[in-house]
Amino acid sequence: MMEPGLYHVLIISTALFFIGVFGFLTRRNLITMLMSIELVLNSVNINFIAFNKYAWPNKLDGLFFSIFVIAIAAAEAAVAIAIIINLYRSHQSIDVENAADLKF
Amino acid sequence: MLGVFSFGIDLGWALLMIPLLPLLGFLVLGLFGRKQIKQSSGIFATSLVLVSAFLSFHTAYGYFFKYGKLEGVYQKIIPIQFTWLQFSPGVSIDMGILLDPISVMMLVVVTLISLMVHIYSLAYLKGEERFPTYYSFLGLFTFSMLGLVVASNIFQMYIFWELVGVSSFLLIGYYYDRPSAVAACKKAFIVTRFADLGFLIGILILSFYAGTLDFNTLILKLTTTSTPEFLSATAASFMGISALTWALVLVFIGGAGKSALFPLHVWLPDAMEGPTPVSALIHAATMVVAGVFLVARLFPVFSMSAPALELVAFVGIISALFAALIACTQTDIKRVLAYSTMSQIGFMMFALGVSGSGGENGLGFTAAMFHLFTHALFKALLFLGAGAVIHFIHSNEMKDMGGLRKYLPITHITFLIACLAISGVPPFAGFFSKEEILLAAYQHNATIYWIALITSGLTAFYMFRLYFSIFWNKESLAHESAHGEGGFAMMLPLVLLSVGAAAAGFIPFGDFVSSDGKPLESVFHWQFSIAPIALGLAGIFTAMWLYKKQNNRSDTIAHSLSGLYKLAFHKFYVDELYLFITKKIIFNLVGRPAAWFDKNVVNGLVNATGNSTLFISEKIKGFQSGKVQQYAIYFLAGVIGLAILFIYVWK
Repeated sequence: MMEPGLYHVLIISTALFFIGVFGFLTRRNLITMLMSIELVLNSVNINFIAFNKYAWPNKLDGLFFSIFVIAIAAAEAAVAIAIIINLYRSHQSIDVENAADLKF
Repeated sequence: MLGVFSFGIDLGWALLMIPLLPLLGFLVLGLFGRKQIKQSSGIFATSLVLVSAFLSFHTAYGYFFKYGKLEGVYQKIIPIQFTWLQFSPGVSIDMGILLDPISVMMLVVVTLISLMVHIYSLAYLKGEERFPTYYSFLGLFTFSMLGLVVASNIFQMYIFWELVGVSSFLLIGYYYDRPSAVAACKKAFIVTRFADLGFLIGILILSFYAGTLDFNTLILKLTTTSTPEFLSATAASFMGISALTWALVLVFIGGAGKSALFPLHVWLPDAMEGPTPVSALIHAATMVVAGVFLVARLFPVFSMSAPALELVAFVGIISALFAALIACTQTDIKRVLAYSTMSQIGFMMFALGVSGSGGENGLGFTAAMFHLFTHALFKALLFLGAGAVIHFIHSNEMKDMGGLRKYLPITHITFLIACLAISGVPPFAGFFSKEEILLAAYQHNATIYWIALITSGLTAFYMFRLYFSIFWNKESLAHESAHGEGGFAMMLPLVLLSVGAAAAGFIPFGDFVSSDGKPLESVFHWQFSIAPIALGLAGIFTAMWLYKKQNNRSDTIAHSLSGLYKLAFHKFYVDELYLFITKKIIFNLVGRPAAWFDKNVVNGLVNATGNSTLFISEKIKGFQSGKVQQYAIYFLAGVIGLAILFIYVWK
């Protein structure tokens, strides 16, 4: 049985990143888009942890950064959900297609 | 820095008050005249000018008899001066008061005539809706004219020079509901402003070479033949004429515009659209002699350049003869007086032109200033008299007048005195000054002397044509609505000025005003006076023969001289020439191409910028769709593009 190395982890995080990007670009529901962003952020977290573990095992910078990213993600989710609720109140919908008021 | 030198604070403040009191009148009446002090505005302005006149008489007395002389020579004194705008050390625009014989004399003339006009207008413009406005404009004019004559700095003079132009514009256009008055005020402003361009360029050249704007320094530097300033100004030349001459000619063009000399005179006859007292003040006695004053102020510099002085002399004599010929044919009494003014200013100008500087040679200078002084008195009197006639008859045309001597006895007598004065009949004022001018011309230039002699005969003729047409000629049309002569306020100035016009000739003027400050002994040669007096009397008797009784002799003569008469009657077609040049030549050759260029090139460039911006924005506005996911795609594409760039291309 093979030990999982840096490359395996990077492949997972890349896949996760593009799944998130794809979801962000194709979903029409704002909540789902928010969830896709969480996937992108988590793929970044995985990258931080992986590089920290495999490249500089005796340092903690990557860990700290991933904790920051988690905190920011939580704050961002709170703000985004507040925006979505307000949007729902004014447009009676959370479809991103309907939120196109800022066009030319 | 405000310096009050050597005479104590009193003189300084009194001097400052002379121009500032009329300014105060202008401000107060301009701000509050329409509502708060409408009734008493005339009295208010008049009393301010009265104080101002009193102060200038006081100053004149003090200057001429007490402190003006130093070892027998009148000094140029600058009691007040402060630096207003400094360009570099030595070159600055100062505001100051310069006292010398001519500025002190002008102070007296301006305040005196202004006072007379203020008093006269109390009755003349009584009941006018814009009475306070009129007085505020008069105040502005008096202020600017006083500032002009006492200017110690050539740029200060220029500033006040433009200010008199503005106030003249405002006063000519006083009856702004008459289209002719509006046209006249615009014409006056544009013509004089055009001439002032020459003045400005002249100032710049003079100050460039002299390195200063201050009158005294400038004159000193440009008249001492050994200074580097003088050498460079005379050495530099353009089209074969030295820079000094160019500068003086340009300055003279400004003066000629303001003084209505040929060919820049076209505005003066039209300016008669203003109220008659204004014509008396501005277009007869004070503002129009500003050009003469300017040449006199810079006279030491002018005398360094023979060509410039020659130009002054010839423009002067041409204007004198030209205007006298026209004056013989006009029928509007104010226009006759306007052309007569132009002719007399021509006399003053050529007197300056034939003059030399210093000693006996300076006779022309003294004569010009003397004539300026006496002319102010009798010409203001003539205008005010004409005003009284117009006030009585409500018309400017000679044919509506005649036989008025019974109705207007005081006006009649004073008008007669003024006519005798301007015609040069002894012992009235004009005789002495004109005699000096003729003598100066005789000593220096025979051609000018003979033309001047003929012109003085013509002067007598047209003045008495005017006099007989107004007061004699046909027996009076019954003036049922006769309402008197206009009361005390109108008669007082007439009487006072007629005393001046009768007696001013006895002032020993050469003792006070001369080109170098030393008293000039003027000797009268009685033999010399025979010719001018004889010609003057001939003019008077011809006019009497033609116009005293109603007859058709004048028409016969006009008919026999049809060509010349027509030419003079149409003012030698100068107005038409100007119209031709501006409308046909300048408008077509300059105006139209410029308009085309503006419409197509300038405007086209602006429109092209706007249209192309619009086009491009139409094309790219689709990018801003308002859809978040599209933006995200652009962003992603950008990031991927940059990544490819950095990884593969840029290494």
